[in-house]
Amino acid sequence: MNKLEPNKKLDIREILKDIENYHPKRRGWVWRDITPQTIGEFTYIQASPSLKNYVALPSARGLKNIDPQVDSVITTEIASGRFEDDIRRMRMAAYHGADHIMVIRTAGQSHIDGLLEGTPQGIGGIPITRKQLRAQRKALDIIEEEVGRPINYHSYVSGVAGPEIAVLFTEEGVNGAHQDPQYNILYRNINALRSFVDAAESKKIMAYADMAQIDGAHNANATARDAWKVMPELLVQHIINSKFSEKVGIKKANICLSTVPPAASPTPDLKLNLPYAVALREFLSDYKMRAQMNTKYMDSSTREATVTHVLNLLVSRLTSADIQSTITPDEGRNVPWHVYNIEALDTAKQAMVGMDDLLSMVELKDEGYLQEKKREIQERSILMMEEIIEMGGYFKAVEAGMFVDSGEYPARNGDGIKRDINGGIGAGTVIKRDKDYLAPVTAHYGYNNVAQYNEEFIDDPAKLIGGCTFEKPEMIKFIDELDETDNVYLRLDKTEKYRSGGLLKPEVEWLGDGTVVVDLFFSENERISEAAALETGKKMNLKNVEIIHKEVLHPSEGTRIQIKGTFDFDIEVDKLVLPKIVKLHSEDEIRAFVKKNPIKVVAGTAGNDEHSVGIREVLDIKHGGVEKYGISYEYLGTSVPIEKFIDAAIETKSNVVMMSTIISHDGIHYKSMKKLHNYAVEKGVRDQLILIAGGTQVTPEIARENKIDQGFGRGTKGIHIASFIMDKYQETLKKNES
Amino acid sequence: MEERIDDYKTRREHLKNMSDQELKSYFLKLSEEMMEPLLEMAYTHTSKSIERSVLLRMGFSSIDTKVIVNNLDEYDLLKKGAGHCVYVLSKKNRISILAAGMLIKNSEQLDYLLEYFKNNE
Repeated sequence: MNKLEPNKKLDIREILKDIENYHPKRRGWVWRDITPQTIGEFTYIQASPSLKNYVALPSARGLKNIDPQVDSVITTEIASGRFEDDIRRMRMAAYHGADHIMVIRTAGQSHIDGLLEGTPQGIGGIPITRKQLRAQRKALDIIEEEVGRPINYHSYVSGVAGPEIAVLFTEEGVNGAHQDPQYNILYRNINALRSFVDAAESKKIMAYADMAQIDGAHNANATARDAWKVMPELLVQHIINSKFSEKVGIKKANICLSTVPPAASPTPDLKLNLPYAVALREFLSDYKMRAQMNTKYMDSSTREATVTHVLNLLVSRLTSADIQSTITPDEGRNVPWHVYNIEALDTAKQAMVGMDDLLSMVELKDEGYLQEKKREIQERSILMMEEIIEMGGYFKAVEAGMFVDSGEYPARNGDGIKRDINGGIGAGTVIKRDKDYLAPVTAHYGYNNVAQYNEEFIDDPAKLIGGCTFEKPEMIKFIDELDETDNVYLRLDKTEKYRSGGLLKPEVEWLGDGTVVVDLFFSENERISEAAALETGKKMNLKNVEIIHKEVLHPSEGTRIQIKGTFDFDIEVDKLVLPKIVKLHSEDEIRAFVKKNPIKVVAGTAGNDEHSVGIREVLDIKHGGVEKYGISYEYLGTSVPIEKFIDAAIETKSNVVMMSTIISHDGIHYKSMKKLHNYAVEKGVRDQLILIAGGTQVTPEIARENKIDQGFGRGTKGIHIASFIMDKYQETLKKNES
Repeated sequence: MEERIDDYKTRREHLKNMSDQELKSYFLKLSEEMMEPLLEMAYTHTSKSIERSVLLRMGFSSIDTKVIVNNLDEYDLLKKGAGHCVYVLSKKNRISILAAGMLIKNSEQLDYLLEYFKNNE
C-alpha cells in the first residue's frame, strides 16, 4: 500500500502485511512551515501552507471551501484500546488539521518492567508494542503523503522501562514523547533515584532521535485541590525537567513545556490564567510551549468544555503556543469518541484562525495587575527553589512533601505528595557503575569506559560491535503475536462483516460497536427524567442504556438527558435506498438548449422569510447561478406571499417558479410547497409551470411528496437547478409532441 | 511539610528590588544548582532498564534482554554493563554478539565473566 485515495478506505490488513520488514521513512520532530498565506481575498499571518486533502470547517461552504492552517502544530490524542480502529481515526484527524498524533498507553503499562509485544487490546489506551507502533507509523507515513504534511507520532517514555521504550521509539520512528521523571515519582510512585537515572538515559536516546520532548508538569494542576494555587510550583517543575534535559543533551528547540491554563470559568479565567502564561513564557523563554487545554474542571457537558477550551486558545493567541494540543470535549464522560477528536481539532482551527494576528491589534499591558501578578508568581517560584536547595536538594524536598501541596507557595497545607527516597516501585534497583563499566552502543548517557578496548571509539562506542540498531535497523528483532487469544487478527475477524460483508452499524470508537446517543428533554425534575430516559432507550430497542449527561433547565419545568445505548442490528448496504444521483448536463449543453428554448424564472423567498443569500447565489451570474446559462429571471424579493409566485409567473409568461424557504419550524417549508402546487392547480397553470423549492432544510424526496417538481437542499449550485430545469422542460416538450 | 501561612510578603524582601531580568537570571542559576547532583548521580549509575535498552540496541529481542539482564544481576555483573559482558564473551569465544548473549541467557560462562572482571580491575 503506497498511496491513499480520498474516496477509498484504508485497508488495515494491508498495513499489517509484511509489517516485520517495515522501517519508518524518517526520524525526528517536524514543525510547520510558518509563513503568511494568502487564500482567496484573505491573508493569514500566523499560518502555514494548506493541505492537499482536507475537510474544511462547516462554514467554509459559503467561503469557497477554504481551509487555512495555523502556525502551531496541532495535537490530538487517539487511543481507544484498539489500535487498528485508531488508525482510521488518525486519518480523519489528519484531514481536519492534526499533525501531532498522541497515543495514550493502556492502564498500568508504566508499572510493567520491560516491553510488551504483540497487539493485545487495551483499557483507556493501548498497550504500546513494537508491532502496534510499526503499524501506526506505517499508516501515518502513507496518510502524511495523502494530506501533504508531515505527521508527528507521539507516546510516553515513562514508567520503569523508560530507556527501553526510548530505544523502541527511536527504532520505530516515533517523533515525540512525554518524558519527565517527576511524573513517575509523584503520580506513579516509582522510586525517585531510579526515575532520574533512567530519565537521563531516555533523554539521551530521545536527543539522538531528534524527538520533541513534552514534560509532565500539567499533571500538578489536574491533581492539586485548587489548580490555580499550584502555579509557582509549575514553574519549578518545568525548569527541573527542562534543565535536566538540556544538560543531558536534548536541544532547547525540542524541549517543550506542557502548560495548561490552570483555572476555568466560572473562576475569572483570564485573570488567573493570563499572568501565569506570561510568567512561564518569560522565565522559560529558551524552550517551546506545548499549550494543553484544561481538563481539571471538565464535566459531562461538551458545550461547557468547548467554551473552556476556546478561552484556553485565547490565552495561546495572547501569548504563544508552538504546539497547540486539544482535549476532546467528551473526555469528562468517556474515552474519546471519533467525532469529539474532530470537534476538538475544529474548535482549535476555527478559534485560532479566527484570532489570527490578534497581537497586531491589541497588546498586553506592561504595567498594572497583569505585570504585578506575573512577578508575584515568578518570585514565589524562586522562593520555592531556594527552600528546596536549603532542605538539601530535590530528593529531600520530595521526601518532605514539598510538591503538589494545595497551598500557594510559600503557604503550605501539609497535603503534598510525599515519596521516600528508598521507597516506591523499583526502590533499590539503581546500580553504581564500576570503573570498567561499558555499554558498546550509540546514545548512551554517562560514564562509559570505551577506552579500555579502543581509544578511537570513545565518541562512537557502537563501533566496538560494528554498529547498533540505530545505525543498522536490520538488526532489530521483531516479535509478532505472543497471545493467541488476544490480538489484532482475532478482532479483525470478528468485525470483518462490517469491513467487507456489506453490513453497517453505527459506531463511536470501534468498528461496528453499535453505540448511539439519544438527546432527550422531559418536562420533569431530574430524578423522574433520568428514569424516563432509561425507559425511552429500552423502548427504542437499545441495549446497555446509560445516562451520559444531564442538565437541569429548571428544577421542575424540565431536564435534558443524553443517553447512550447499543443499537444491535446490522444495516444491509445493498438494501439501502439511496437518493438518485442526478446527472448534470455540461454548461455548454444547457446554454445551447436555453438559447433554442428561452426559459424564464420567477423567484423569491416565501412567506415570512427574509433569508435571501441562498436564492441570490443560485440566480445571479456572479455566483454561478442559473442566469449564467442564459436563463432570465424576475426577482420578486423576500417574504413573497405564495399566491404571488404563481400570479407573477402568469403575468410574466415564465416557465419556472423558484421558491426559497429557509424557515423550517413546524414543517412550514413543506406546507408552503403544497400551497404553491395547489394554487397553481387552482389557477389552471400547473402543467405549464416547473415548481422548484430550495433551502438548507429541504430534502428532495419530501419536497416531491409535497407535490412540487423538485426540492434542493444544502450545497446546491446553479448548475444543479439549471440541469434539472432543462430535463424537466425537455420532458414537457416530448409530452406535448406526443 | 508542616502547615504554614502565606509569608510571601516577608520572604520576598531580598527579591523585591531585582529587575525582571535579574530575577530571571537568578531563577535559572538556582535551577542549575538544583539539578547538578541529579545529573552526577545519573552519570555514575545504571539500572536494569538501562542495561536492557543497551542490549536492545545490540540487536537482542525484548524477551532475551530480560533473561540476560536478570542472569547478570544474579552475579552482580550489571555494574560492569550488560553489553560489556556480552562483548567480552563474544571476543573470548570468537562468536557473534547474538551468540554470546545466548550463552548468558543459558547461564553459561558467568563464572568466566567474574574471573575476567577480577583480573580486569
